[in-house]
Amino acid sequence: MFTWLLRRLFQACFVVLAMTIIVFIGVHVIGNPVDILISPEADQAERAKIIAEMGLDRPLWQQYAYFLGGALHGDLGRSFVFNEPALKLIGGRMPATLELAVTAVLMSMCFGIPLGLYAGLKPNGILGRVIMSGSILGFSLPSFWVGLMLIMTFAVQLGWLPSTGRGETAEILGVRWSFLTWDGLRHMAMPALNLSLYNISLVLRLTRAGVRETLPMDYIKFARAKGLSPARVIFVHVLKNIMIPVVTVLGLELGTTIAFAVVTESVFAWPGMGKLIIDSINVLDRPVIVAYLMMIVLIFITINLVVDILYTVLDPRVRLETKA
Amino acid sequence: MSETAVPNHPVEESPFRRFVAEFAASKVALFGLAVFVLIALLAIFANWIGPQNPYDLAQLDIMDGRLPPGSKSVAGYTYLLGTDDQGRDMFSGMLYGLRISLAVGVGSAIFAACVGTTLGLLAAFFGRRIDTIVMRVVDLQLSFPSILVALMILAVLGKSVTNVVLALVIVEWAGYARNVRAIAMVERKREYIEAAACLALPWRRIVFRHLLPNCLPPLIVIATQQVARAIALEATLSFLGLGVPITEPSLGLLIANGYQYMLSGKYWISFYPGLALLVTIVSINLVGDHLRDVLNPRLKR
Repeated sequence: MFTWLLRRLFQACFVVLAMTIIVFIGVHVIGNPVDILISPEADQAERAKIIAEMGLDRPLWQQYAYFLGGALHGDLGRSFVFNEPALKLIGGRMPATLELAVTAVLMSMCFGIPLGLYAGLKPNGILGRVIMSGSILGFSLPSFWVGLMLIMTFAVQLGWLPSTGRGETAEILGVRWSFLTWDGLRHMAMPALNLSLYNISLVLRLTRAGVRETLPMDYIKFARAKGLSPARVIFVHVLKNIMIPVVTVLGLELGTTIAFAVVTESVFAWPGMGKLIIDSINVLDRPVIVAYLMMIVLIFITINLVVDILYTVLDPRVRLETKA
Repeated sequence: MSETAVPNHPVEESPFRRFVAEFAASKVALFGLAVFVLIALLAIFANWIGPQNPYDLAQLDIMDGRLPPGSKSVAGYTYLLGTDDQGRDMFSGMLYGLRISLAVGVGSAIFAACVGTTLGLLAAFFGRRIDTIVMRVVDLQLSFPSILVALMILAVLGKSVTNVVLALVIVEWAGYARNVRAIAMVERKREYIEAAACLALPWRRIVFRHLLPNCLPPLIVIATQQVARAIALEATLSFLGLGVPITEPSLGLLIANGYQYMLSGKYWISFYPGLALLVTIVSINLVGDHLRDVLNPRLKR
């Protein structure tokens, strides 16, 4: 186990290193680093000073070492627009994105599992078929379009929910959260539903497949023969066994949900990291772009590593030795 | 079989005829195909069908801006689906937008199929080193969500139609490579490959003339699904302002243009391009779903 963990950690570090090289090449070789790292408003003397200061006149490998050194110290440049360290800016926006993504994942369980359970128990009923067809739409509709339709229906036509923004926030441990106030929850309802639509379809299908697979099993027949109530059989014996794959997949999907929050945040003007990166790309605020890319790669590799480790801990059938 | 077959049953003998007959058995899939062909024709002949050229500024009248569907223009004809903020006919704008969306979607899917299939076939045929390298890259690529990879590429390279296609190809090739490798691994162990190897045919001939044709049916299914995904992803990127430039608006960009007016109740600028996008994606998926049933030998009766 220990050697496996060490090897896995080594691999993760290698991927991070590879990503720094790719981002470095993207910024310094393909683009012109002088344009990218120095604000366009700087005059000639300032430019020369900054070029010398940042070592842009030095050989490429030295520049890479400089970039890597800065990244290791958490220094990825200052934003041109906000004149703040890029990393701090992203860190400040992260809670909004995390709260949205976690809410979306929780919502997908709240909707997906009951719907999947119903579709699995009554596969030939009309409602069961409607649910399954609906889940195909959940997979194939572009999420930004669904978001627009939600705004059009619930904000513009019916006026039930606010269309954009984060609403009132309450502070805990120095971080502002929306889910603690009623107004914040009202603002979060539509974006979270929009973001969770894909995951709802996914959980729904997993649950349905699980139910169909579990129902003919001997231990279910035995539980029924024992005279247990149908509710107890379904909610204890069936559901318990389905939850393992559902939770694993949702854990993996958390990273994807954070990435797709880019789209939802843009539609609903939700002030998270995703909105920040899109705005930064549009005004060419490159230090923020670089910082975001490095940050999201780090998040992803961490999530993948944690899920891998949890998986081997939770499921003893996964033999680490053979995996090597 | 050929024309020398028994005259009574020539129709049933041809695999292609059988495929067509099986495909036509599903009314839903036929409907999807018909809709998609109609959309493709509309896009191809946009110049002749559209009442105005939406990008010829001389034909636009700013006085016609943001008119609801069915309004009369200053020049006298009817705007079927209304106009946008520049006074463009939405119907014409959508036809031209469809053209770009389809070209980018289909084009990137073809490129990605070529790259992914070649690498997948080589990985399966040669195994060992090549297999390990290709599959490691595929694993790495697939561990990041498509939108993120595309975002990275466009953030670094800047926005243009070529870069969007490049980003979509880079996002999609891995899916083809993984699937084709899995199929080719099975086919490689078959006798006909062994026979071809015994004839001492060069490897290029074995891979592309013998292995490839037998991997085609599943490949077609993947390609159909990938076209739909590419169109949706392109629309998303364009909606975010990272896709096609403003001079070549695809459906996604048209939707983005109408977004700000939607809050004031002028729904048609966003709604109709969105509907066109939706119909396109769903029709391709209907065809793809049925193709998967027809081409999957395990589901044959």
